[in-house]
Amino acid sequence: MTFFAVNGLSMRFGGLKAIDDVSFEVREGEVYALIGPNGAGKTTLFNCINGIYPPTRGTVIFKDKNLCGKKPDRIAKIGIARTFQNIELFAHMNTMENIMLGRHRFMKTGVFHGGLMWGRRSFAGKEEIRHRRKVEEIIDLLELQSVRKNMVGGLPYGIQKKIELGRALAAEPSLLLLDEPCAGMNTEEKQDMIFWIRDIQDELGITILLIEHDMNMVMDISDRILAINFGQVIAEGTPDEVQRHPEVLKAYLGEDGTT
Amino acid sequence: MDMKRAYYEDVRFFSSGAVVFWFAALIIALGIYPFVFKNYYVYVANYVAINIMVVVGLNLLVGYTGQISLGHAGFFAVGAYGTIALMTQAHFPFLAALISAGFIAAILGFLLGLPALRLEGPYLAIATLGFGVTITQIIGKIDLLGGRQGLHAPDLIVLGRHLNTDREFYFLVVPITVLLVLFARNLTKTKVGRAFVAIRDAEIAAETIGVNLVMYKTLAFAISAFYAGVAGGLYAFVLRFIDPELFGLFMSIMFLTMAVVGGLGSVMGPVAGAMLLSWLDLELRNILSVPYLGQWLRQLSEQYFSLTGVSNIQFIVFGGILIFIMIFEPLGLYGFWIRTKKYWKTWPF
Ligand SMILES: Nc1ncnc2c1ncn2[C@@H]1O[C@H](COP(=O)(O)OP(=O)(O)OP(=O)(O)O)[C@@H](O)[C@H]1O
Ligand SMILES: [Mg+2]
Repeated sequence: MTFFAVNGLSMRFGGLKAIDDVSFEVREGEVYALIGPNGAGKTTLFNCINGIYPPTRGTVIFKDKNLCGKKPDRIAKIGIARTFQNIELFAHMNTMENIMLGRHRFMKTGVFHGGLMWGRRSFAGKEEIRHRRKVEEIIDLLELQSVRKNMVGGLPYGIQKKIELGRALAAEPSLLLLDEPCAGMNTEEKQDMIFWIRDIQDELGITILLIEHDMNMVMDISDRILAINFGQVIAEGTPDEVQRHPEVLKAYLGEDGTT
Repeated sequence: MDMKRAYYEDVRFFSSGAVVFWFAALIIALGIYPFVFKNYYVYVANYVAINIMVVVGLNLLVGYTGQISLGHAGFFAVGAYGTIALMTQAHFPFLAALISAGFIAAILGFLLGLPALRLEGPYLAIATLGFGVTITQIIGKIDLLGGRQGLHAPDLIVLGRHLNTDREFYFLVVPITVLLVLFARNLTKTKVGRAFVAIRDAEIAAETIGVNLVMYKTLAFAISAFYAGVAGGLYAFVLRFIDPELFGLFMSIMFLTMAVVGGLGSVMGPVAGAMLLSWLDLELRNILSVPYLGQWLRQLSEQYFSLTGVSNIQFIVFGGILIFIMIFEPLGLYGFWIRTKKYWKTWPF
């Protein structure tokens, strides 16, 4: 079975080829990193994977199914969750409610049961409690207890990033897409994030596709790395291989690879 | 810490003993109101309650889901005409006719929600406005519905009882209003309500976490149309005579204004907004007969606007009050409420 593969994917915006014939495969259980300079097309690749953009060409295969043409909410229900480079939280809900949205795909309460939630023994009440327990576990894991009732819009950046991760985890994905989870964080927060990503991989068995600019972190936690530039693959391999790859050095350090 | 048990508390119907107390007090007050106040004020209460239903429903759409509607008078009209027509033409009993008319409005709401999937902001405002205008035009053309001449409401018989007076009607309208408000409040605390807010706050994130935009946006339209439809069905019996002219654009704008003044994105805000504005709307009609103030306004309008005076001078006062509230408290009446809530939460215990 193919767990996850991208085959010959291209995405054009007018004349711009944001992604140009990209192919790679992610094995179940690994942390697979996507690196490349600004504007390389990393976020666009995520957007194609989870259905925000329909790719111009190519396929995205997840558990032997082609995802192309499916809507984002369908893709979420198949088991892919993500975080965003520019935080996309529900600003006027509190932390707990934001993470509850991750449980959306498991919940069955409709208009009638919801409107008739008369206490904790009603259908909706029981379901709420069951899923809030799950959310509480995530709040404990990510140490968000102190902000569980705060509106997320006003919280510090690092905490918002954690809440977004929590929301994605609550959806119990088998593939998690993280778009620069450490951007804008201080060293201590980065350490925590690295720790959690390892936990998510080891304890929860979730496969992770990661975009990150911090090379130390990428080299530290990734099993394999794909480097892209101008929408094209320039290298793929283990951290050691990719780090030494001449094309990668060129893309990151400039034309002659010395500066 | 409130952590571990909080998930029980959040789904409790009453969040504290004080809330139980106030809810019981409210129910008792509502029960004795029509016996304390004279008939005109019972009529006012019925009118206010009907507006509350519409505005609470409209707010699920505008305040929670972030979609605008300038066409709710259309759903209100569908409810009013639907209820009467089902009673007189199809011989439905009242409650069955009312609920069916609510569902007819909901279906139209769903249909109006479909183009709304592609439209945003001002474009959606115009589309819904078009709906509101069209629906009354269509009703005016249907002879079965009285056409331009209008339609009389039949006798109102509920569960075998004739309801003749405003007071009897009060005991029909107010319980329905209380139930619909509580229903909306519960809805906002569960899956559907959270999905609505998620769509409003971050549509793309909502979609990528599994919220079906098509379903929930059309659902928001359908639910709010249902509320307006049921309210319209009751309104037909407040007036006892309806014609298409009643359900104009101005009415849609009033509904929206009540929701905004009350405070979008809460349930109790719109209740307060509907109460304040529908009361003002009725009272200000008589403003010219208020001693001193009325004369002064008349003079003012004769001096500055026209020789005969402005007939609708109440709108100027009304508009002034709206501007004052929005400048003073952009979150609407709900903003006042949040600030005083901390103090009242535990009182009198
Ligand atoms: N919706 C869009 N319309 C037009 N062009 C776009 C759109 N989204 C992205 N692009 C372009 O596609 C290219 C790739 O952008 P993308 O956001 O994927 O880069 P990235 O690798 O994530 O960069 P960064 O590291 O800065 O986040 C850029 O040139 C960008 O301007
Ligand atoms: Mg990016």
